[in-house]
Amino acid sequence: MTHDVTLTPVMSDNWDADRSWTLRTYESRGGYSALRKALTMAPDDVITVVKDSGLRGRGGAGFPTGMKWGFIPQGDDKPHYLVVNADEAEPGTCKDIPLMLASPHTLIEGVIISSYAIRASVAFIYIRGEVLHVVRRLQQAVSEAYRAGHLGADIGGSGYALDLVVHAGAGAYICGEETALLDSLEGRRGQPRLRPPFPAVAGLYACPTVINNVESIASVPSIVANGSDWFGSMGTEKSKGMTLYSLSGHVEGPGQYEAPLGITLRQLLDLAGGVRAGHELKFWTPGGSSTPLLTAEHLDVPLDYEAVAGAGSMLGTKALQIFDETTCVVRAVLRWTEFYKHESCGKCTPCREGTWWLVQTLQRLEDGSGTETDLDVLVDLCDNILGRSFCALGDGATSPITSSIEYFRDEYLTHINERGCPFDPQAATLFAASQHAGARA
Amino acid sequence: MGQKDPLTPVSNVSTSDNEGGDTSIAATTSRLIGDPAFPAEALPELHAIIARYPHPRSALLPMLHLVQSVAGHVTPGGIETCARLLEITAAEVSAVATFYTMYKRRPVGDYHVGVCTNTLCAVMGGDAIFDRLKDHLDVGNDETTEDGAITLEHVECNAACDYAPVVMVNWEFFDNQTPESAVQLVDDLRDGGEVHPTRGARVVTWRNAERVLAGFPDGRADEGPAAGPATLAGLRLARQHGWTAPSPDGNGSHRTHSDPRQVSDQSAYPGGDDVEVAKSGADTRTGEGSDAR
Repeated sequence: MTHDVTLTPVMSDNWDADRSWTLRTYESRGGYSALRKALTMAPDDVITVVKDSGLRGRGGAGFPTGMKWGFIPQGDDKPHYLVVNADEAEPGTCKDIPLMLASPHTLIEGVIISSYAIRASVAFIYIRGEVLHVVRRLQQAVSEAYRAGHLGADIGGSGYALDLVVHAGAGAYICGEETALLDSLEGRRGQPRLRPPFPAVAGLYACPTVINNVESIASVPSIVANGSDWFGSMGTEKSKGMTLYSLSGHVEGPGQYEAPLGITLRQLLDLAGGVRAGHELKFWTPGGSSTPLLTAEHLDVPLDYEAVAGAGSMLGTKALQIFDETTCVVRAVLRWTEFYKHESCGKCTPCREGTWWLVQTLQRLEDGSGTETDLDVLVDLCDNILGRSFCALGDGATSPITSSIEYFRDEYLTHINERGCPFDPQAATLFAASQHAGARA
Repeated sequence: MGQKDPLTPVSNVSTSDNEGGDTSIAATTSRLIGDPAFPAEALPELHAIIARYPHPRSALLPMLHLVQSVAGHVTPGGIETCARLLEITAAEVSAVATFYTMYKRRPVGDYHVGVCTNTLCAVMGGDAIFDRLKDHLDVGNDETTEDGAITLEHVECNAACDYAPVVMVNWEFFDNQTPESAVQLVDDLRDGGEVHPTRGARVVTWRNAERVLAGFPDGRADEGPAAGPATLAGLRLARQHGWTAPSPDGNGSHRTHSDPRQVSDQSAYPGGDDVEVAKSGADTRTGEGSDAR
């Protein structure tokens, strides 16, 4: 194991504490002291600290968080809103849900500080509906925070007032797109909005609104407590700080690994005990299924925003889905494509119709009834979706297809030439090797 | 956009991806005519939801969760009631109700069993689990067993990939499942005994779960662990090796605690796991996290 590799638990540091989700435990470990500190600062100074820290959005796009806050007009007469995007649903992404389950107060403290900075008096946590117990933990934590005077009128005697509403969604991947989320929060179908105007100018109820990912907001208390230099001492030049990397799939030790940005998959796999015993890495996603696939040749790419982009993919949500040589890439890509087809909101034609045709074509290839022309059709369809869709869902749908054809064209050809899928799906399952399943259970 | 859809709620509600005589327009129309008004007892709670928001219409999603909790699915009466309270048309409510997969237009069983068949879970065994459950329960996707106990559905990624393959029961996590464990799970649910998820509270009925999602807590937040073993994988490794974030005073030591909020705990970590166990009162090596109490 490389000796200079260390994990840096900050947001995850209290997850093993007794009843870590309670206010009592959170405060006993110093929780809400960052809020007290923030309330002694001018709101603009809080924005400056976050700007200087270099924190970039952890929901996938990597936009600088402090800059986003800075776009909110000040001195206007309109209400401002903070909306936390807790609609975690990008395939492979599994960091925000465990964070909120184990430590909802980390998020809530971040919400209060962030709302204070942008001068919002109402904030929302839009959480996907399919995570009942996480909703419970958030509801209880918000209620505890009200009783403790961290929410409501005159927070901590500062004169600042904030109300926080936990809002459960109802099952729609598209609501993770920030403008679709706003439409959904306004009680409509979750369909994306044309930009401009950007949410910072006309967001929720056409008022200035900041929408941030759970992990972004949960990073704020530690930044305010420890300072922007501390945060910037971790990570790389343009990708600063610690972040949650989520390993899943054919890996011995799947789970959450909080490390400085720029760690490599090779290092993470070392920490996690490697790829499933007796098998080798075939392909992986750096940040969910919407980020182009990478292969074993990319094991040493630093997992930060710039380097992953340089490798032809995107850091995304740092959802590292690991697939070994037992996995059929055509089957994997077909299933993701079926997902995008199902979740396409129907607003724009390239995505609504394009994903439908992509599924038909991929299905033929996986069944063994496809031809080489189908590969050209797929590439052509992707060309007509990428950059021509209303939002990033359509773009994301093309990522696994174009990248898999780039790296695994021969495997597609094998399906065509052998008139079927050469893989045994059983061999890829968790229970194919029961000794490993037992070790993990 | 669909909100101004001139279709009546009747035809919208009857639109279903699935074959089934009871969802035809005629059948739904007759249900609508014969449908008693939405239970008046639920009105105060619907008003309470509206009161949470600066603008009433924002209440629609949680209101529809409450409708499902009261009526067992999104009923025409529930749609009309939401429309009346929000002063929008029933067509506008229907447009929303038909957009989101959690809203059901047919009655759901006591237990909604969702098998993740998105790529990672499918590859790890989700497809095999779903096939086995269809066989065992003798139902297809989005269908309910004859006894009304279980509705089976394949679901998309549920943000628990590090526990793949995952099965959800009424939106509680059942981690690292196998076809055999999933069969045992649905049998236990049908037997009516207590069933506990891997991470979550004792399984409640689908209707009661919908009530929580509507924003009415059921007092079960303290049940279950803080985290499962995969959630704690990196943290345990850090504890074992004494790894922490840099200290805020800039000396870069990995032996001191990063966060001034925990300065008083600095001495608690040099021994790694054992000291941590003593401190938290929980055995961090068993994967139960802070569940021990």
